[in-house]
Amino acid sequence: MQKKLKNKKALFLPIKTITVLIIVCFLVGIISSSFETKSDFASANSNRKINKDSVESVKAFMQVYKVLMSPRCMNCHPSGDVPLQGDDSHVHTMLPKRGKDGKGVYAMKCGNCHQPENLPGLHKPPGNPNWHLPPADMKMVFQGKTPRQLARQLMDPKQNGNKSKEKLLEHAHDALVIAGWNMGEGRALPPMSHEEFVKAWTTWIKKGAYAPK
Amino acid sequence: MITLNINQKNYEADVNPDMPLLWVLRDVIGLAGTKYGCGVAQCGACVVHLNGEAVRSCVTKVKRAEGQKVVTIEGLSEKGDHPLQKAWQEIDVPQCGYCQSGQLMSAAVLLRENPNPTDKDIDDAMAGNLCRCGTYLRIRKAIHLAADIQRRGS
Repeated sequence: MQKKLKNKKALFLPIKTITVLIIVCFLVGIISSSFETKSDFASANSNRKINKDSVESVKAFMQVYKVLMSPRCMNCHPSGDVPLQGDDSHVHTMLPKRGKDGKGVYAMKCGNCHQPENLPGLHKPPGNPNWHLPPADMKMVFQGKTPRQLARQLMDPKQNGNKSKEKLLEHAHDALVIAGWNMGEGRALPPMSHEEFVKAWTTWIKKGAYAPK
Repeated sequence: MITLNINQKNYEADVNPDMPLLWVLRDVIGLAGTKYGCGVAQCGACVVHLNGEAVRSCVTKVKRAEGQKVVTIEGLSEKGDHPLQKAWQEIDVPQCGYCQSGQLMSAAVLLRENPNPTDKDIDDAMAGNLCRCGTYLRIRKAIHLAADIQRRGS
């Protein structure tokens, strides 16, 4: 009986020692990790992309959506092959067709009426040197899209004109996008300023480009 | 002073660069074949070719045409024998005729880019040219005939 007890003690002691050793190692690990340099910490964080924030991103996109669905943007992103026109987004009079490159067909090319600049007077054809619709092989339709559908489409290079996130961020400053805030007399402006739009657009993308549910 | 090349002739026009090309053509140069219809690019009566494109001269500022090639109905062909002009005479398209120079200039761009247009191609190309006499069916027929004349090279 006494022999059995002695054997048990012999077994018990090493286990206790090993447990203590594990705890010590664990504590050493924690202490040593606190000696990481600041840059190590920053790079570890950026690798984890903790800038993502689905709530902020989606909130910003809902602002973006209001602008993209306003007549000044949506009228040239129609679901059909004819642009829309006016604050009520009716189908463009004369039914000009998109054409392969988005610049119209035959005698009905956009630039035949739309000059490089706006014309003075109410409801005269607005102008821009680069006036066009998206091309036939990538129509980039806004009309009829839900916020979720539009957000997903905008982030898909196969549907957004092969644009990366960086290119999308730049696109907010594209001359034809900016022209949406200068469409000539008699046309309502988008529901916020271009600066506010750029802020919302940038926040949406930089916070992770989340699509609303 | 603005330099213009119209129907392969050079002109110097002392005009405001913002003046519509149509005014310069009709009132300054004296080429009155191109007509004024609506003045807001809605009807197509004023179509001329600017570097081969069917622009509406009522909204095209003359500065856009500076140093470019302009062709008006007077310069569509040397002897009035463009396939479209032949077809127009053959079918007797015009009624009052006011819109017809614009119709011809638009149709000429269509035939250049598509020598065998279908009815749909014609509708797509000509939808911006209004005719208050309603000669649309004769216009369509004449464009098909002109395509045929062009194909035969006569």
